[in-house]
Parts: sequence; structure tokens; C-alpha cells
Amino acid sequence: MTPLPFRVVDRRQDTADTWTLTFEALVGERPTIEPGQFMMVYVFGVGEVPISVSGPPRRPGPVVLTVRAVGAVTQAICASAPGSVLGLRGPFGNSWPIERAADGDVVVVAGGIGLAPLRPVVLWTLDHLADYGTVSVLYGARTPADLLYTAQLADWRRDLAVEVTVDAAEPDWRGHVGVVPKLIDGAIFSPEATTAFVCGPEIMMHFAVEALLARGVTPARIMLSMERDMRCGVGLCGHCQLGPTLICRDGPVYSQEELAPWLEVREL
Amino acid sequence: MQRSLDEVLSELPFFDGLDREALELIAGCGRNVAVAEGEYLFRSGADADSFYVLRHGSVALDLFVPARGSMLIETIDEGEVIGWSWLFPPYLWHFDARAVTPVRATAFDGACLRAKCDADPAFGYDLMGRFAQVLIDRLQATRLRLLDIYGLGRSR
Repeated sequence: MTPLPFRVVDRRQDTADTWTLTFEALVGERPTIEPGQFMMVYVFGVGEVPISVSGPPRRPGPVVLTVRAVGAVTQAICASAPGSVLGLRGPFGNSWPIERAADGDVVVVAGGIGLAPLRPVVLWTLDHLADYGTVSVLYGARTPADLLYTAQLADWRRDLAVEVTVDAAEPDWRGHVGVVPKLIDGAIFSPEATTAFVCGPEIMMHFAVEALLARGVTPARIMLSMERDMRCGVGLCGHCQLGPTLICRDGPVYSQEELAPWLEVREL
Repeated sequence: MQRSLDEVLSELPFFDGLDREALELIAGCGRNVAVAEGEYLFRSGADADSFYVLRHGSVALDLFVPARGSMLIETIDEGEVIGWSWLFPPYLWHFDARAVTPVRATAFDGACLRAKCDADPAFGYDLMGRFAQVLIDRLQATRLRLLDIYGLGRSR
């Protein structure tokens, strides 16, 4: 439960309000992180927030976090220049089932900052291309200026089917304009052998799930990363309860089959 | 061997499930068109005398906004339908449809199809149902974009 000191060794600006920071542990062992897990990041004297890990999975080494500055804590994280020391706890939570997806097609559906928790899945599939069928990355953002990892998206296109859409763009934009679920309709995959990994605003995930189900992907193979008000990270405080589950402890990754009974309950 | 237009149409999602007779009726009003990148399928204010099914390429729907220039509203991709202004008076286009890539499409004569719908109400009902589905899908997508979902963030 006690944060350990980590030093910021690199900080890159992705968009006007989003930064990717790399942390090195100052004490203890370098953590090995499963894809989809998150860290609790403590800015001393400001507060603590959960942030999904966006770096390559299962490699002991630096911790890579992509953070959108939307409040006091996240703004303080994004303002942390190399050399700054922050407190990190974790990794916490379960992970994307990348082994279970092997031998079939993979569809990664991301909206906005939701690409960050999915980046480890993309990096894993790139390192293990022979283990997977067609891998599609379908990514939506508000505008072209809000797209994360733009240089990497271009690299990923060499081996993966990458489609990007935005809500609004200038006429010189050559990508799609529209919502992410529409990209699912046009993606090439074999539904019966496809695992979908979905992360983004919950309403986007709702419509993405509808589109995936309409294509014939089974609910047990549609994986969603959920976000609620995670505070302790270890299932003690109860802030992130969703129905019978605590997202920090049992999630954040669930199948649509597991979540379906709870997502439509208005009180939750 | 060159395939007939109704054979080509039978493979497009928009015409899924239509029987041979209906496909032949529709194909009788259709012709294949090719539009170069940057060229327009139609321009705002012009007569809306047809609709298009994209067989290859992407089209941007633009709207000219005074003092701001052209605004990109939406992109339409392979397999999708563009244009429903031919269905209702005053039969005028409301947007510009610009080819973002080289486009191959099938264009259908609106007056020809309306006449066939009037003559065969069952056929007309089926076709209107298909367009209603397209309209609903576009409306839902527009509503989702109105939510500005990516702008919603937790302030921590």
C-alpha cells in the first residue's frame, strides 16, 4: 500500500493535453507488468490516481504511462519533468487475455485515451505475429490533433490493419470521419474465432459491443477494460464497486458476458 | 467474363436478401461510374437525381460554411450508400460529395427508381425500409458524435 519512489526519466507530449512518461524505480525490483494492468500514481502533496500502463508488457524495466491532464493530479503528473520523483504502487488488476486470443483474429477497438491501455496488446501482437490471425486496430479520437502515438500508428500499419477515425476534421484529412463502431462493420475478421479488446469511454464501448455482436463475435470473447473511481487499488475501500465486483481487484478487464447484467443498471 | 450489374449488386450489403427480380428492377436504373480523387459525385444545391453505392474508395461529405469554408461532415466508405435527397422534394443535394480516393460506384437514377416504387408498392416498401435503416444508422452515429464522448473525462 505504500508508494515507492520512481524517477521520471523521459516525458513526451502526445497531444495538447496528453503526455507519455517513463519511470525508473529508485528502490526495489523493476516491476513486470501484464498487459492491461494499472499503477496508482501519487504526486506528493497533490493526490493519487490510477493510470493504465501503456508500455510493452512482461518486460522488467521502466514503467511507461500515458496520462491525460484533466484534473489537479493528472496535470501535476504531466508537468513532472525528467528527474522528478513520484510515488508508484502496483501493478494492480488483471490483464488482457492475450494467450486465449492466440490462433484467432484480434480486433483492438480504442477510443481517445483508451488506446493507452491497449497499446501493450498491440505491442505484444507485433512481437508474436505468427501466433495470431489478422490483427486490426480500430481507433477513434475527437480530432486528428487528439490522436495518440501517431508515428507508431504509421509503423503498426506495416503488419496490422489499422483504421483511424475522428469526430471532426479539416477537409485535408484523409482518414475516416465518423464513430469508431462504424469501423467494426468494415473490418476484416472471422467472427467465430475473433477476440475483441475494447477500451474507451463507456458509451463508445456500448456501441462497439453492439457492432461486434452484430458481426457475430461471442460475448465471452469481447473483452472490455472498465474504469470506476479506483482509490486503494487492492479491493479494500470499495469505491470501484460495480455490481458484485471490485474493478481494481477483479478487473479492470472483463468479458461482455460477465459485464452484461451490470452495465444497464442505472444505479451503478 | 463481364458480370451483369444485378450480379454485382447482389454482393453489396445494402441489397442483401433481395430476390433476382428486385435486383433486376434496381439494376435497370443503375450505371457504373468512376470518379477521380478530388472530384465530386455531386455538389450542394444541385439536382438530387440519383444515389450511389460505393464499390471502391471513400467519399467525404462536405458542407460549405460561409466565412469558414468547407467543413468535413462525414466519410462514406466501400459498401455504403450515399444520397437520400432523391427520395423527397425538392430533390436537391444538401452536401458536397468529394472523392477522397479514386472511387468506383454504381449510380442509380432517382426518377427511374421512384417510378418503379410507385408501380410496385411491395418493392417500394422494401427499398424504403433499406433507406430507413441507413438513415437510422447515420442518425445514431451523429447523436453519438454530438455527445463529444472523448471530451468527457474524470477531473482527477
